[in-house]
Amino acid sequence: MDKWSFGLTMMIVGISGTFVTMAILIGAIQLLKKIFPAEANGDAKKS
Amino acid sequence: MFEHMLDGLDGLTLGVKFLFTVGGLKNLVMLALAGLLIYLGVFKEVEPLLLVPIGFGCLLANIPYSELMVQGIDPGAKQVMEAMGAAAPEALKHLAKDDTGFIRTIYNMGIANELFPLLIFIGIGAMTDFTPLLANPRILLFGAAGQCGIFLTLLLALALGFPHLQAMAIAIIGACDGPTAIYVSSQYAPELLGPISVAAYSYMALVPIIQPPIMKFMTTDKERRTRMPAFKNAISPTTRLLFPIVVTIVTGLIAPKGLPLMASIMLGNFMRECGAVSRLVKASENEIANVATLFLGIAIGSTMAADKFLQPTTLAIFALGFVAICLDTVVGVGFGKIMYLMTGGKVNPLIGSAGISAYPMAARVVQQEGQKYDKQNFLLMHAMGANTGGQIGSVAAAAVMLALVDALRHLF
Repeated sequence: MDKWSFGLTMMIVGISGTFVTMAILIGAIQLLKKIFPAEANGDAKKS
Repeated sequence: MFEHMLDGLDGLTLGVKFLFTVGGLKNLVMLALAGLLIYLGVFKEVEPLLLVPIGFGCLLANIPYSELMVQGIDPGAKQVMEAMGAAAPEALKHLAKDDTGFIRTIYNMGIANELFPLLIFIGIGAMTDFTPLLANPRILLFGAAGQCGIFLTLLLALALGFPHLQAMAIAIIGACDGPTAIYVSSQYAPELLGPISVAAYSYMALVPIIQPPIMKFMTTDKERRTRMPAFKNAISPTTRLLFPIVVTIVTGLIAPKGLPLMASIMLGNFMRECGAVSRLVKASENEIANVATLFLGIAIGSTMAADKFLQPTTLAIFALGFVAICLDTVVGVGFGKIMYLMTGGKVNPLIGSAGISAYPMAARVVQQEGQKYDKQNFLLMHAMGANTGGQIGSVAAAAVMLALVDALRHLF
């Protein structure tokens, strides 16, 4: 694998992979907030 | 007798004599650099917790004949010698002699096996409050945008002729995260550990100088004055407790090679949020992090021996590191501008520059820059959200990078 193929693969898959990971985490956080809403916990912390 | 005395005196002056040879000049330059690092840490308060031990380590490594970084023992030779007993030849006995230098011992203990960065990460996790991020999870995307500099710099490093793995290790400076840079470079380019670590920590400290001109150049006056409403969402303790576990599982499944990085930061955060192990939390954010930082600093500094550090590649690494941080900021603010347009002007593009791992410095820079144009504009909590997103993003980007290299390694 030449260096340009390596660099471009790393760049495209790396940036996409990081964004996809973040997007999945956003979904997971939203889900957590839906399942465990602050109202259900008396001691919820206001941000 | 007199001759022997002269020989003895000669031995005492070897170090001084060496400093005035051509090779010794390099050591003198490095001793001056060590002094500069210590000066910056002590008197200018530039990352003192790191620059002081790094500077001192550099000083020790460049005192001629100090041999503190000598790797004296060959475990294989020792094993063979023990098996052979008295019949072992002299040469083998010499190889198996345990005269490992004092700093080499520290280096082997926690840098060669990547332990110290992970211990520091547990402390960082224990100190970090992810509530602003949880209140507005979409801000995590800034944490991804802020890592683009890593991958763009990788291309630049390859263009400059660095081999694949070295280019990758240099590019990770763009994560703007010292422990991550050390973790990755000690795995893939240990020979560049010194310059990469010093560049990473130096640029982290220089974030308040590097970022503002780029932020100003890339945004209009109207964009900079954009006010963002305070968070209204409340976060339940259960969500805050489960968040580190979910992040660990998700990133571990996507990029298992980087799991130690994410797992250690999330372990620290889980201990903080669960509230059941306050002693461990205190130890993680104080004693453990402090001891690891001290050892890590000395060991990193000691990799800055003159013959290894004073190379053209060091200058190239510093230049590429600077470019990486600039590109992070450019892409982060650019992403902020996209969000500004997509939300009809509800997101201040300045917070895009906080999507890096330099916490909480990058968030403070956003707050200061925002208030230069509107004294009543309070962007700090949003910037903190982006900044903690940057911490997760930098580790995620490194994890993705490690996983990719692992998958592609057989091809180069």
